[in-house]
Amino acid sequence: MADWIITGETGDWELVCGLEVHGQVVSNAKLFSGSATAFGAEPNTQVSLIDAAMPGMLPVINEYCIEQAVRTGLGLKAEINLFSVFERKNYFYADLPQGYQISQFKHPVVGEGVVILDMPDGTTREIGIERLHMEQDAGKSMHDQDPKRSFIDLNRSGVCLMEIVSKPDIRAPEEAGAYLRKLRSIMRYLGTCDGNMEEGSMRCDINVSVRKVGETGLRTRTECKNLNSVRFVMQAMEYEAARQVEAYEAGEEIIQETRLFDSAKGETRPMRTKEFAHDYRYFPDPDLLPLKLTQDFVDRIKATLPELPDDKKERFIRDFGLTPYDAGALVASRRMAEYFETVAKGRDAKTAANWVISNLAGLLNAKGLDIAACPITAENLGKLIDLITAGTLSGRLAKEVFELMAETGKDAEAIVEEKGLKQISDTGAIEAVIDDLIAKNLGQVEQFRAGNEKVIGWFVGQVMRATQGKANPGVVNQLLKDKLKG
Amino acid sequence: MGTLTDLTIAQAAAGLKAKEFTAAELTEAHIAAMEAGQALNAFITETPDIARAQAKESDARRARGQAKGPLDGIPVGVKDLFCTEGVLTTAASHILDGFKPAYESTVTRQLKDAGTVMLGKTNLDEFAMGSGNLTSHYGPVISPWKAADGKDRVPGGSSGGSAAAVAAHLALGATGTDTGGSIRQPASYCGIVGLKPTYGRCSRWGIVAYASSLDQAGPMARTVEDVALLLRAMAGHDPKDSTSAPIAVPDFAAALTGDIRGLRIGIPDEYRVEGMPGEIEALWQQGMAWLKEAGAEAVPVSLPHTKYALATYYIIASAEASSNLARYDGVRYGLRVPGDSLDEMYEATRGAGFGAETRLRVLMGTYVLSAGYYDAYYLKAQRVRTLIARDFRNAFETVDALLMPTAPSAAFALDEKTDDPVAMYLNDVFTVPISLAGLPAMVVPAGLDAQGLPLGLQIVGKPFDEETVLKVGGVMEKSAAFTAKPSFLREA
Repeated sequence: MADWIITGETGDWELVCGLEVHGQVVSNAKLFSGSATAFGAEPNTQVSLIDAAMPGMLPVINEYCIEQAVRTGLGLKAEINLFSVFERKNYFYADLPQGYQISQFKHPVVGEGVVILDMPDGTTREIGIERLHMEQDAGKSMHDQDPKRSFIDLNRSGVCLMEIVSKPDIRAPEEAGAYLRKLRSIMRYLGTCDGNMEEGSMRCDINVSVRKVGETGLRTRTECKNLNSVRFVMQAMEYEAARQVEAYEAGEEIIQETRLFDSAKGETRPMRTKEFAHDYRYFPDPDLLPLKLTQDFVDRIKATLPELPDDKKERFIRDFGLTPYDAGALVASRRMAEYFETVAKGRDAKTAANWVISNLAGLLNAKGLDIAACPITAENLGKLIDLITAGTLSGRLAKEVFELMAETGKDAEAIVEEKGLKQISDTGAIEAVIDDLIAKNLGQVEQFRAGNEKVIGWFVGQVMRATQGKANPGVVNQLLKDKLKG
Repeated sequence: MGTLTDLTIAQAAAGLKAKEFTAAELTEAHIAAMEAGQALNAFITETPDIARAQAKESDARRARGQAKGPLDGIPVGVKDLFCTEGVLTTAASHILDGFKPAYESTVTRQLKDAGTVMLGKTNLDEFAMGSGNLTSHYGPVISPWKAADGKDRVPGGSSGGSAAAVAAHLALGATGTDTGGSIRQPASYCGIVGLKPTYGRCSRWGIVAYASSLDQAGPMARTVEDVALLLRAMAGHDPKDSTSAPIAVPDFAAALTGDIRGLRIGIPDEYRVEGMPGEIEALWQQGMAWLKEAGAEAVPVSLPHTKYALATYYIIASAEASSNLARYDGVRYGLRVPGDSLDEMYEATRGAGFGAETRLRVLMGTYVLSAGYYDAYYLKAQRVRTLIARDFRNAFETVDALLMPTAPSAAFALDEKTDDPVAMYLNDVFTVPISLAGLPAMVVPAGLDAQGLPLGLQIVGKPFDEETVLKVGGVMEKSAAFTAKPSFLREA
């Protein structure tokens, strides 16, 4: 990864950034109550007495949520703390019914870990994980329902979140993007967070500071909260870094504050000022005993972990001979990786990888489809590749068949049969076409013989046109070379 | 029918069983007493209709031969800190105006399931914060006891309404909650028996929280046996309360064998505090003498961190209270005072809804938890709390129970200490260390002071050893033979 440097008037600056990612835990019930957690339910239909903080109500830990947090920690190759504590983070807000949020502060359930980024040039880069702690989500204020009043939807109140805090290891917006994608990929593999940023099940706060290249200390950072897309994260980071450099160079100081990213204007601005300095008054929640896990509990979860993207990537490189970049692209999604493995089974892996990465991923992207809804099954894509290998289809024809497969969902053989798309590899038939062309285009033949090799391309195109693209390009090329030389 | 209200729970249970009277008659007698005793202000809400309906059901059950046990048909008062389904629940605070929960606290649910009859919701200090029942939004409770000086006395707090109702024979028993002495001190002031169980013995689910790590529900009644019967119904593991202990509930009444021979009773040196009236010291000695006569052995023990207990308690309890009371914001239930912004609405609601003592404790709690003070106050208090608990653990390596006074004096006059919060807090000096350690403790009336006001002694046990506490208390009750009646009953 090339260095991402901001060139200022006084010299070169670098970005120093850490991310706090809030991932909603995949679970049927909330962290401390039995309420449902489905997305998009009617307001206030998934609220228990506990979520509404009725007097006398007490939280009870949902063990499945703990399991999910531990699973995520193991996926981040992190230390699992057998002793952790839930604390109250006290502050007033309308959508925080208890007047405090139950979170983990001094003793989180997961300690230090690491996320490996796959950079576009095939290199990798490590981003340290500081901790993962669990907390309950707040409700949602709705300000657009009434001119004077705000309404509160407590459906999300008490939903279990994992806050994953990175070390300030990020040096470029693209790294932040790669980090978020990788984190999401890991959590999706694990089934612990669905990572849908548009549904709010994954959100991100960024802590940004800048420093002169060569400096080792950290300067004052600002926090930009609640970013809900990878693109916004990168934009906000870029804007904020530039703003800070400009401020320093103008002789101003950066104040530690919380800022808001305005995605319409592409800029950040202060959200809370110093007067509202945070004093959350954390203390251990006396309604909950400290969380004590056994090593056995952790080991049992460890035994059920799937093969994670990094391991899968290494295996793909090792067993299939793929490039790190291709392997990284394939394992980003667990389903995609599985799809690829089915296609590659008994076939040339490189060919399979190319089809999956460029054609199939491109198709899904264009149609906005998830791999789960892919109209072409892995088996059918495999058969298509078989037809290419057997010489039945040229690359061009194969692409045509592929598109028809996507439209109709039919298998490759049926389409080839139906449309008569078989490649012509019969040298006699192709020879006839070539002979005819040579006879009619002596001028071009002369050019070729005078040393203009490019003319051969023109002849290939003419042969293809005459055969409606069905001629085997290899055969065509060979025959043309022989015949043009005379 | 007047005599029905003079029975103990055990006697009433026997009478019901023998069909000497019905639950309806027993209840009617208590409803009449409750109405006649309204001047005491022991109840915030009277629920005679519910009581009559429950009594009727109890009689019907008994007629079918399906009576549920000794508490079936027994009229009780419920401290208005327990949420009761469909019945106004106030915590004696203005901020819970009109709040009728759609749910029933676990403890009162269990009491209902045992067949008890609810007479009403008893008065208390606002959010259980107080030692004199003087901070209730619904006005103070007047003790049924009058001193020789003729002045009205406080019933103690915070469970003052429950204590007064039981002492004045308006109810056969009542629920209380004890955070730093809120069952034991009023029991002592009102000349009844009150037991604070081990923290975790009774579920806190559905009890309006004051200080979560200390709050514990417990029974108040006129005899040790009655307290044992009530505790059996109130106790038990509740999966809805993470701090409730998964421990079986013994038959507490069966522990009252009267045999304490060979038991070692600890007498902590540090409870001889400066300025303690001689009559409290004398009563304590007397208590020990009774237990020795019954075959127990007195053993001096040391609880060296006692002197830090009061400060520790007020830091921890205030810290937790400031957080627990944050939910009263005017948004979802109770009082709301409008404001032009959200913050203004909060401020106006909380300013109008909380009384002075509650505001004081919320402010103290917010202060001790705030950045820059957390380590100096809250964290240090937590450390001292650990040391206090260790003192008791060490003591219990050599003794089976402890005996100590309950309060440094008998009940004070209604107008005596109200303007000095620190003097008020000193009432809890003998009760809070036990609360900080989470131990079970029971107060048994043991005598009268020079003014003719009751004084109780406190028996403290090992964690979840309420049985020994009850056994020792039963012996002391018998020896003390406390038969004095409050002036309210003598005049009636």
